[in-house]
Amino acid sequence: MSKQVQQLDRVIIRFAGDSGDGMQLTGDRFTAGTAEFGNDLSTLPNFPAEIRAPAGTLPGVSSFQLHFADHDILTPGDAPNVLVAMNPAALKANLGDLPRGADIIANTDEFTKRNLQKVGYATSPLEDDSLSEWRVHAVPLTSLTVKALDGFDLSKKDAERSKNMFALGLLSWLYHRPTEQTVKFLEQKFAKKPDLAKANIAAFQAGWNYGETTESFSVSYEVKPARLAPGVYRNISGNQALAYGLIAASVQAKLPLFLGSYPITPASDILHELSKHKHFGVRTFQAEDEIAGVGAALGAAFGGALGVTTTSGPGVALKAETIGLAVTTELPLIVVDVQRAGPSTGMPTKTEQTDLLMAMFGRNGESPVPIVAPMSPSDCFDAAIEAARIAVKYRTPVMLLSDGYLANGSEPWKLPEVSELPDISQAFTQEPNGADGEFLPFKRDPETLARPWAIPGTAGLEHRIGGIEKADGTGNISYDPDNHDFMVRTRAAKIAGIDVPPLEVDDPDGDAKVLVIGWGSTYGPIAAAARRIRKSGGKVAQAHLRHLNPLPANTGEVLKRYDKVLLPEINLGQLALLLRARYLVDVISYNRVRGLPFKAEELAGVIQDVIESD
Amino acid sequence: MTELVNGRGLSLVPKTDVKQSLKDFKSDQEVRWCPGCGDYAILAAVQSFLPELGLKRENIVFVSGIGCSSRFPYYLDTYGFHSIHGRAPAIATGLAASRPDLSVWVITGDGDALSIGGNHLMHALRRNVNLNILLFNNRIYGLTKGQYSPTSELGKITKSTPMGSLDKPFNPISLAIGAEASFVARTIDSDRKHLQSVLREATAHRGASLVEIYQNCNIFNDNAFEQLKDPAVRDDITLRLEHGQPIASASKAVVRAANGGIEVVARDSVSADQILVHDAHNPDPSVAFALSRLDEPAFEHVPIGIFRSVDRPSYDGLMAEQLEDAVAQKGTGDLGALLMGGDTWRIG
Repeated sequence: MSKQVQQLDRVIIRFAGDSGDGMQLTGDRFTAGTAEFGNDLSTLPNFPAEIRAPAGTLPGVSSFQLHFADHDILTPGDAPNVLVAMNPAALKANLGDLPRGADIIANTDEFTKRNLQKVGYATSPLEDDSLSEWRVHAVPLTSLTVKALDGFDLSKKDAERSKNMFALGLLSWLYHRPTEQTVKFLEQKFAKKPDLAKANIAAFQAGWNYGETTESFSVSYEVKPARLAPGVYRNISGNQALAYGLIAASVQAKLPLFLGSYPITPASDILHELSKHKHFGVRTFQAEDEIAGVGAALGAAFGGALGVTTTSGPGVALKAETIGLAVTTELPLIVVDVQRAGPSTGMPTKTEQTDLLMAMFGRNGESPVPIVAPMSPSDCFDAAIEAARIAVKYRTPVMLLSDGYLANGSEPWKLPEVSELPDISQAFTQEPNGADGEFLPFKRDPETLARPWAIPGTAGLEHRIGGIEKADGTGNISYDPDNHDFMVRTRAAKIAGIDVPPLEVDDPDGDAKVLVIGWGSTYGPIAAAARRIRKSGGKVAQAHLRHLNPLPANTGEVLKRYDKVLLPEINLGQLALLLRARYLVDVISYNRVRGLPFKAEELAGVIQDVIESD
Repeated sequence: MTELVNGRGLSLVPKTDVKQSLKDFKSDQEVRWCPGCGDYAILAAVQSFLPELGLKRENIVFVSGIGCSSRFPYYLDTYGFHSIHGRAPAIATGLAASRPDLSVWVITGDGDALSIGGNHLMHALRRNVNLNILLFNNRIYGLTKGQYSPTSELGKITKSTPMGSLDKPFNPISLAIGAEASFVARTIDSDRKHLQSVLREATAHRGASLVEIYQNCNIFNDNAFEQLKDPAVRDDITLRLEHGQPIASASKAVVRAANGGIEVVARDSVSADQILVHDAHNPDPSVAFALSRLDEPAFEHVPIGIFRSVDRPSYDGLMAEQLEDAVAQKGTGDLGALLMGGDTWRIG
């Protein structure tokens, strides 16, 4: 039987199951196959905070969404075309996101009376007509897997566990994904347990064969490779890119990297990643708490290391006093805040942009801190180098504001040429700088206003720094009113004077009346929305801020060029507050704080409304 | 005395050929403690001790927190970092872990180290970071003008406890031993010779050394340690701890108690061979801990000296070893290779 092959330009698949069902792994492997095939892609994992919530319940549902296309795409997609539901909970938790006509592949073996009851289904939705709006493929994934593994020396439980690989095989057939990498991956993953490797591979192949032979699937789909810029690519998540960026920054700054960190969701993966790269001279210190993490990083910076601390919002709150100490002692320090939903513990695995004002103002006294925010998972690499550049050049703590969406989302990354990465090194001070041969630790570079960075071990430059106000030049304790006023203004001027690139505007025809501006991880959905508007004949300009403090010098001019400025943020208008105060521009805010990224369709609607409103 | 310690405390810190004196370690800053403060004596003792180490002055760093004692770094012509309340052990940990070529000192007080910074102190000790931690214990809050501290006696009347404090005090020595410290000692501001002998051992010890210094605050808690200074009683109540020597004062002796612990008895009630001989190197910390409890609750007999000094790998050394092992296994890090790792594909 030869089956029909249908061409598609893009597909969004969501794998959903119990948090023990291996959905993240299934998604990762499908992503690897998709990347190898040459599609552009973007992913969004979504998992519960609980490691293993009770099996079969709604809070235990874990999912992984993948958007892939034959053209370049910007987001993990709004609504899935295909939902793989490993149990009734996965179906119920995700059905609301499915547009009419989407495919549902449901594991019928798990639709037992008990599992249905757990999520409040009186009857099986696979058997009543409640799913008539969708195309349902009822597949007994578990029993098919067990049957396929008949003859393997496996317990029933171990055989059942391979059902995610059966599902992966089926989906790989359905979308013509290459299989070699997955086979190789399974061989490596289970290298020490060859029986399990063979079983998983057999389940994977059985899934593929099932697609090919069963009548439940009459059509398979092809999404041609995308025409991306030439180069070598890999798929990368924001946290991994950020960790690599920090290592690259250490190499490019010629400074050993010291990470002081305390585990916290969703930032811990940066600590995990960096701890694997000690052969780069990377020291990772898992501290007793958030405060010790940043303290140790600052101590290492005093000693001449590239000091870094990684955390999320609650950790930044705890680190505030030490960041203030870094502000006043004027030492380089990178503070990575992978933002998550707050306040307080909030929703640790969900994303938000609600720490901007804390990053700006969350310290006592006048304590300005530069802020850099990456705009996509792979941009976390460049943003980390940029944060380090500023920290080292200006001797200041720098906030790097990532978020949960960037941290766990992934996309293809065109690898940079190492030789083209910027040299961000700055020499330590070696000689006294005073008129009488003395060392003045707070005598500044007239251009950058940075103070000398003289590290212990340098003879003749012995000096003391601290949190008490310092006299200009000597750095000695000073309570002099005019000196304090001068130092407060000078520290502010130093940060305000940081060289940041101008804000670029994407306005293809140059005659848009509405500007949509954003910052951080909303770049993808905003840009995708702007494309939709333009595709349908509308006009909108787009600009995205990577530097939040200082803002690019032309920001005010850009804002004033347009009749209306729209600013979507996953907070209640934090950047809007800053822009309004600074530039007296009547920014229109669009805010949602649902712990989820914006959808392109949603933002396109908002932009359209603003265009049409008077 | 050097037999007491592992002797490698400063082995990685560069030495100088230049002869140093006390003057070399005095900064140009005016010392601003209250007249009569015990801190002056400690500063003078440290300044006159440092030349003895023969280290390059630029490789010495004093890190402090907040409190009267934490002004200390400003008065020494070395590198110094006057940080924030309680955090000096954390900051010093980052510095010492990444710079084994430095002699790093932490200057702290009973409030700084045991209240707001208790967590950091504890963890620096258990990690055995190569630090010399001098804990100035005056049993009161000085800089905030006279509130009770975590080492103040139960029932102490202070500005914040007009009816007496309700907090059972910490015993810094017990706490340090409980926190797995490898070197724990006590000395007193007024006895420069003893203070310097303890510093000598503390600096020779590689790893964290915790030195509690009884320090008099003549403004808010005057004469807190007077019994240890008063010629009429001091020789009776002071139990000098010296490795290999019997633990006894002029009139008292420490012996094994019938219940398995230790107790203080009249010296003339026991024969010389019944007196407990001090073993600072005992891997089992229980006797050192028991010694630390002898002065509870009042100053009837107070052990002074090195309670515990055991050899344990230092944190910076272990960290450096892992880095070396990683290079041995994988070669020096290559950024290009790192980025190219994982599944890659080529377009065009």
